[in-house]
Amino acid sequence: MRFVDEFRDAEKAHALAARIAGLCEPGRQYKLMEVCGGHTHTIYKHGLEDYLPESVTLVHGPGCPVCVIPMGRVDDAIHLASEPDVIMTSFGDMMRVPGSNGAFFDANARGTNIKMVYSPLDSLKIAKANPDKRVVFMAIGFETTAPSTAMTVLRARAQGIKNFSVFCNHVTIIPAIKAILDSPDLRLDGFIGPGHVSTVIGCRPYEFIASGYGKPVVVAGFEPLDILQSIYMLMLQLHEDRSEVENQYARVVPWNGNPVALKAIGETMELRPYFEWRGLGFISHSALKMREAYADFDAELLFAVPGVRVADPKACQCGEVLKGVLKPWECKVFGTACTPETPIGTCMVSPEGACAAYYNYGRLTRQRVPEAISIELSRP
Amino acid sequence: MCLGIPGEVIEFLPEQPDLARVDVSGVRRVINVGLLSDEPPEPGEWVLIHVGFALSKIDEAEAAAALEFLEGIGQAYEDELAALRDSQIE
Amino acid sequence: MTQQRVLSTGDREQQVLDRIERARRRRPKLREERITMSHGAGGKATHTLIEAIFLDAFRNPLLEPLEDAARLQVGGATVALTTDSFVVSPLFFPGGNIGDLAVNGTVNDLAVAGATPLYLSAGFILEEGFPVADLTRIAASMRDAAATAGVAVVTGDTKVVEKGKADGCYINTAGVGAVAAGVDLGVANARPGDKVLVSGPIGDHGVTIMLARGELDIEADVESDTAPLAELVAGLLGAVPGVRALRDATRGGVATILNEIAQAADVGVFISESAIPVRDQVRGAAELLGIDPLYVACEGRLVAVVDAGQAAQALAVLRAHPLGAQAAIIGEVTAEPVGLVTIKTAFGGTRIVDLLVGDPLPRIC
Repeated sequence: MRFVDEFRDAEKAHALAARIAGLCEPGRQYKLMEVCGGHTHTIYKHGLEDYLPESVTLVHGPGCPVCVIPMGRVDDAIHLASEPDVIMTSFGDMMRVPGSNGAFFDANARGTNIKMVYSPLDSLKIAKANPDKRVVFMAIGFETTAPSTAMTVLRARAQGIKNFSVFCNHVTIIPAIKAILDSPDLRLDGFIGPGHVSTVIGCRPYEFIASGYGKPVVVAGFEPLDILQSIYMLMLQLHEDRSEVENQYARVVPWNGNPVALKAIGETMELRPYFEWRGLGFISHSALKMREAYADFDAELLFAVPGVRVADPKACQCGEVLKGVLKPWECKVFGTACTPETPIGTCMVSPEGACAAYYNYGRLTRQRVPEAISIELSRP
Repeated sequence: MCLGIPGEVIEFLPEQPDLARVDVSGVRRVINVGLLSDEPPEPGEWVLIHVGFALSKIDEAEAAAALEFLEGIGQAYEDELAALRDSQIE
Repeated sequence: MTQQRVLSTGDREQQVLDRIERARRRRPKLREERITMSHGAGGKATHTLIEAIFLDAFRNPLLEPLEDAARLQVGGATVALTTDSFVVSPLFFPGGNIGDLAVNGTVNDLAVAGATPLYLSAGFILEEGFPVADLTRIAASMRDAAATAGVAVVTGDTKVVEKGKADGCYINTAGVGAVAAGVDLGVANARPGDKVLVSGPIGDHGVTIMLARGELDIEADVESDTAPLAELVAGLLGAVPGVRALRDATRGGVATILNEIAQAADVGVFISESAIPVRDQVRGAAELLGIDPLYVACEGRLVAVVDAGQAAQALAVLRAHPLGAQAAIIGEVTAEPVGLVTIKTAFGGTRIVDLLVGDPLPRIC
């Protein structure tokens, strides 16, 4: 597969591993946060940590849009799906996220019609094919996915579709990163920036991290070599005492983002004054809702949504995992009470959740490559 | 969720300027290219596909540059290893 | 006086991993009150359901091994008995239809038990309004598949249910075969050092079905690999005495079988991603859909565990048969880590291949 296989080449990985190890100052520990759930997934899926020396730790961040959805919103979605003649549509990742009374697929067993789709356009197609039903699309995702929801709403309006609406749970990445930076629990050395969010918002929004907080940022692609190269670029910045925003994923990410996408979002959506993030609490101006002009596509207005705030189960430590304070295996219920079959929290359910990634892929003693162990092989 | 796949644009659908057929390893899919309306892709160009939409064009020059950099690192590493090996032959 | 040992991060992590392994070994409880789609995926939920409800109700030594077919003593002969139900949607797809699956699926379950498939039963549940022309097509396919496999459909049943139930047509087939003396195949036989082989490219069937549903605007030149494997198996067993176990990779894919081996034999299984044959188009479609071919159903592929010294011979025998032309050695059985399947990724890192939770591709077979 072009633009994929070349960036999974193991040989080049060894070379990068040597470089990274060579840039480690003796006795110093490095903590790099990868914000995006997609990165967490790649890291574990390809066994990337085998290429890193012990002194470099990857900390998983809150960039998993499924993970940050509070239980109350899942309940709201199930409530919507239980309304008469409603077909709820959702990405597959949401199907097993637990609300207070089970997840979507449990609700289906009780009689709701919640269908998995791969695109908001599929949801629109279902609406067109079922004029007597009311089709709701559960929109989740960061700025990566918001443009697609926006374009679908614009298309629905242009085509005069009256039975389609959106239950909007889009969140924005910068407030989440800011919450991490301002958190007293963490001391991070740098950030691996979200690659696909950046195709929409560009690289400028991260400049405050480098100039204001003095931490280097490298926007990274999603193949394992992309991430490894980004780690190398971060280590080089740290070695050279720089803190800048760099774009490793330049083949896909334009520095100024995608103006058409931003315009579509701006046309159809606006920032909520505040929104609850699972584990991070209420964050102001961190999530999107439909604009008044598109109220006829806003499921929260078309239907009465309970909107009850549900506290996470006492045992759940998703919040700390999302902030990178705890590693998945450090959570008290990891692997025992909380497993992929019996998840307590979202981190264990979402394919991009740190706990799911670690449990499904990483639950192994590390087998580091020689370059990552023997520093003599490397030179800065 | 962040799942984005590179695909090659094959053709536009007649009478649907927003829709294009793309190819991923021989698999064909119709996607919406409305987000690239500022600079619509041409057949033969590559785009990043995410939930049924093209999010961005893949800049082949940048991709080549990225690969060149990686080749360079790979080669330099090979050279270093060779030098290390040679220096041990005493 | 006890000394407080300060554990390093590595030690603490290892303690957690050990605790998890102990938790996983405990019999999983069935917590749900209602059946969900996960129970049909062939992964963890299915196993839990089978153990909690069916094994519990029917418990007997012949059922316990939970292999694809039961081995029975009847008169003086050893006989294999198996059954499978087919609920695939859509009924007709590139490469075949529900009838082909119904015959080949049961034939294959017998074949991998080391039995020569002989007779099938076929039970039909038909929906009111189902076109007779379609039923005729299905029956014709079953006739042809049975002829190719060398079996006869000797008994059956027909039921009709009201419109809205049965989604057109559901089929159940049961099969009986003769097990030759001395044949003892079973995943529990796997030993460290054994090699693991697969008979051809994986994921063809599942991906074909996904695309044939027409819900996604995806076209690809893939077709189901449904095929009877009895001849391939007979050739293999005839030439290679060191075959420990055979499984056909259906629902849940190759990954599920590897996990069954690891758990039944208390061994580890280690495979190499670059050794696994996958068609380009299947790979492309899987990447687009965000699914892993290792978990995607096949309907004409087998996984074989073979004594290391005879693995090369086994590979040659498989490759000499048209259905095994792209067979490959994909990995080996290891002593550690017990009960876990691990993979060396194409990238060079190592990770786990666990049993599925949930169902990425429902109603696949």
